[in-house]
Amino acid sequence: MKTDTIAAIATAMSPSGIGIVRISGPESLEVIDKIYVSRKKDKKLSQCKTHTIHYGYIYDGEEMVDEVMVLIMKGPNSYTREDTIEIDCHGGVYVMKKILETVLKYGARPAEPGEFTKRAFLNGRIDLSQAESVIDVINSKNKYALSSSLSQLKGSIKDDIVKIREKLIHEIAFIESALDDPEHYSLDDYPEQLKTIVDGVLDNINRLLGSVDNGRILKEGVSTVIVGKPNAGKSSLLNTLVGEDRAIVTDVAGTTRDVLEEQINLDGITLNIIDTAGIRETDDVVEKIGVDKAKKYLQKADLVIYVIDSSTKLDDNDFEIIEDLKDQRAIILLNKSDLETETTVDVVKKYIDKPIISISAKHKEGITEIEDTIKDMFFKGDISFNDEIFITNARHKNALADSKESLELVLRSIADGMPEDFFSIDLMNAYESLGNIIGESVEDDLVNEIFSKFCMGK
Amino acid sequence: MPAIEENFDVCVVGAGHAGCEAALACARLGLETIIFTVSVDSIALMPCNPNVGGSSKGHLVREIDALGGEMGKNIDKTFIQSKMLNKSKGPAVHSLRAQADKAAYSMEMRKTLQNTEHLTIKQAEVSEIVTDDDNNITGVKTVTGALYNCKAAVLCTGTYLRARCLTGELVTHTGPNGLQAANHLTESLINHGIEMYRYKTGTPARVDKKSLDFSKMQEQFGDEKIVPFSFTTNPEDVQIDQESCWLTYTNEETHKIIRGNLDRSPMYSGVIEGTGPRYCPSIEDKVVKFADKKRHQIFIEPEGLNTTEMYVGGMSSSMPEDVQLAMYRTVPGMENVKIVRNAYAIEYDCINANQLYASLEFKKIHGLFSGGQFNGSSGYEEAACQGLVAGINAAMKIKEREPLILDRSEAYTGVLIDDLVTKESHEPYRMMTSRAEYRLLLRQDNADLRLSKKGHEIGLISDERYQWVCEKERLIKEEIERVNEVRIGANKEVQAFLEENNSIPLNTGVTLAELIRRPELDYDKLAVLDKNRPDLPEEVREQVNINIKYEGYITRQIKQVKHFKKLEKKKLPQNFDYSEIGSLRIESVQKLNKLQPLSIGQASRISGVSPADISVILVYLEQLKYTNPDLFYQLNGNEEEK
Repeated sequence: MKTDTIAAIATAMSPSGIGIVRISGPESLEVIDKIYVSRKKDKKLSQCKTHTIHYGYIYDGEEMVDEVMVLIMKGPNSYTREDTIEIDCHGGVYVMKKILETVLKYGARPAEPGEFTKRAFLNGRIDLSQAESVIDVINSKNKYALSSSLSQLKGSIKDDIVKIREKLIHEIAFIESALDDPEHYSLDDYPEQLKTIVDGVLDNINRLLGSVDNGRILKEGVSTVIVGKPNAGKSSLLNTLVGEDRAIVTDVAGTTRDVLEEQINLDGITLNIIDTAGIRETDDVVEKIGVDKAKKYLQKADLVIYVIDSSTKLDDNDFEIIEDLKDQRAIILLNKSDLETETTVDVVKKYIDKPIISISAKHKEGITEIEDTIKDMFFKGDISFNDEIFITNARHKNALADSKESLELVLRSIADGMPEDFFSIDLMNAYESLGNIIGESVEDDLVNEIFSKFCMGK
Repeated sequence: MPAIEENFDVCVVGAGHAGCEAALACARLGLETIIFTVSVDSIALMPCNPNVGGSSKGHLVREIDALGGEMGKNIDKTFIQSKMLNKSKGPAVHSLRAQADKAAYSMEMRKTLQNTEHLTIKQAEVSEIVTDDDNNITGVKTVTGALYNCKAAVLCTGTYLRARCLTGELVTHTGPNGLQAANHLTESLINHGIEMYRYKTGTPARVDKKSLDFSKMQEQFGDEKIVPFSFTTNPEDVQIDQESCWLTYTNEETHKIIRGNLDRSPMYSGVIEGTGPRYCPSIEDKVVKFADKKRHQIFIEPEGLNTTEMYVGGMSSSMPEDVQLAMYRTVPGMENVKIVRNAYAIEYDCINANQLYASLEFKKIHGLFSGGQFNGSSGYEEAACQGLVAGINAAMKIKEREPLILDRSEAYTGVLIDDLVTKESHEPYRMMTSRAEYRLLLRQDNADLRLSKKGHEIGLISDERYQWVCEKERLIKEEIERVNEVRIGANKEVQAFLEENNSIPLNTGVTLAELIRRPELDYDKLAVLDKNRPDLPEEVREQVNINIKYEGYITRQIKQVKHFKKLEKKKLPQNFDYSEIGSLRIESVQKLNKLQPLSIGQASRISGVSPADISVILVYLEQLKYTNPDLFYQLNGNEEEK
């Protein structure tokens, strides 16, 4: 069981000068002692005074991760009223992730959304007026975390985990049936059999762990799709957004792309923008493939940017897109505000209730408004924060590592000649850890499996 | 004015395994108690299998014993074969099971009831519960119109409420074994707002021993060294000559007959409405659901010493008589079988146990408790432990003392009751070791160490017995400490010993504890190397061995329990409207309002209540400090007392 010390990246997940990783909980000092090395290698931070700052390095075993400043705040004089550590590191996404991973490896667990604030409140740090908003945060973020962790999980990986869990629960159910009805099911020679199965499962989990390291489990950032009729100005919008004086986040290794896709960053929010073919009725076979694809992206996207050429009238193609947008998070851009207007904001409002902004992609007018609107939607919780996606990723990794640990304990119990009932305890832990990834709780899985697969009773 | 009116402290309705424990507990605690049964001849009747204990059920019997209940003592007096199951597995799943002489079991329990002070036995069908305007129980009425006033009542009606037995097309409105059903009480309960379920279970035929050919079956013996159930029974007293059971199998011919007659089974023709247990399927269920299995095990078990009836374990059925006879006769050794009593399925009314607190008191009716199959469980042992808890808590209520609530980390009984009162269930509930998440700590061998203190506080365990448990605890602790200190050097004697026991020789000296942890060794085997070992009783040595051998696992579970306890201690307000907490999902509000969980821990086990909901409730509870300080300190004050 993991400790109750939590950690998270406290600053925005974007390239910036400085990043902060925060740890809070009873074992914060223990964790930092394991990974912090001072220049003279002579300091233990747990022995240092509270509210002091220390220069040094974070090490993951032998490997140096980053040069850092560490701030110690012992409870109750901290935000959460628990022992709290802040690690100020270089601001690169990679460095921050690496530091957080190191912290997690040495005993903390990833914080739930809003958990620092929740702890601050539960420890009496925040007053009543702030409490309401804490509840809102927990609610909206949890709702999001669940849906995002599922939707962001690449299909094949979810399938893998489901398959592994099926295997595990079957073995647990078999062991439990044999314990429940020993005169019916025999466990002779079973440990050898189980070892082969667990070895196989461990291979799979190691492979999955490898893919988390490459960032392939989750695609970070918010999938954003630009749609519209041909010549509405989609591509020039993309160029304008990308071409601004902003950092372009490098592509995540291993992400395959089959359409034009760019990543841009708005104050820490990463958008993966996909430009699509213009949507219209067509008989051209090749164009039709592009149109179908655009519609598919539209349905899967976290955010849709719909570009309308305001110098033309709305037609059936527009109405079809509007219909598709009804259940989506979307903003609508009336492009070409520099030309004579045929379609006004008021006209569009009649058909759809979404934020509508007049812009000119060509003259870079209205771009700040787009950005503000998107940011607004994020902070209201309408769309994901991308650090949550990262957190989700870290949680997945943690869960995989936990299940790996449990399965290794099973192997050790087998090697040590432990009785079979001990196997099922650790198998169950592995099963539960994996369940956390795909958002499934255990409840009565085991009992159901036992009764459905094994004929029990007198 | 009713014809007869009498006053008691406690009324217990039903004298099965739950009712007997409930009544004995109340009477032994000095309360004037009356126990009702539809037939005095059926006290502690075993209408189904002729055994007590078995996997995880053996644990329950040990717990009943440690709390001062009767079942363990009664089976020790009346068993005819005994076996410790899973002996080759870990200590957590060792489980005692004894074959009972059914008639003797029933008679012994009846004697105990008869000889207990403050206890009155009454043959009568209870038809009504009586309450006052504040929903306090004030008495029960029988069908004859007699009124029995009481301060608390315990309902243990088993399978008797509106019971209906089915054998093929034949339906009789009787309880088990042809006994009279209780047809009136359900209506009274419904009128008091109690939600009823209808469950189903079944039993196989009893056959005449003289008509069986045992040469075609495998003989199943009891253990050579018998271990008693009760911690108070002297092991020497139970080393008896044992009866055998017999193992045989169904075959394709049996299955063919069953498949060919499925349309005549009330299960499949739709006559049966009740929900049956999946873990105790009828033979027709087994054949249909596990169609690929070529044969099923059948255990032939004696019903007692003074009867030639044998129980056909594994072949419960609701098929018509002629199909039963035909299918039984296909089984090797049963070619000429004579059936004494037919197999049947039985349907009965029970309650949705979510209407109870963990004390087994009804949330809606103060002073009304219930236990056993009436609560939706199945099995004698499951019934008995609930009866005991319900009885104890009826007594605690009258004495204005804290109820006995066992949590999931303390006892299988706690797991069972928590599951019943918290989770949704749609079939009779049976105990299983896999339901106990802390089973390494909840062993049958340490039930006395876990629960005697509570039994003593309640008043059902004598000072003398409790003092021995404390002494035992001390001896175990001291010996564990000593064994962790004793160093064993890599000398000749040691290496020779290890070689003899197929154990790897030592490179350097180790502690005795480290050697005990080796799978091929144990505490007793290592006695020869342990020169200053004190002379300790076997029950102490066993605990030392287990605690050292599995220390790593046990420590991990203790850590998990600590976390679990934290959430159990966070109390929730009662009769609370959860819609007051704005941000909960509607589904959660409905479930929480209906169940009124006692703690955050219990709330988190309600299916459909998410971790996010729990966070929201936690924050709300903290807000109470500002919005409703009285309630806040009431809840948190309780916490400190615990």
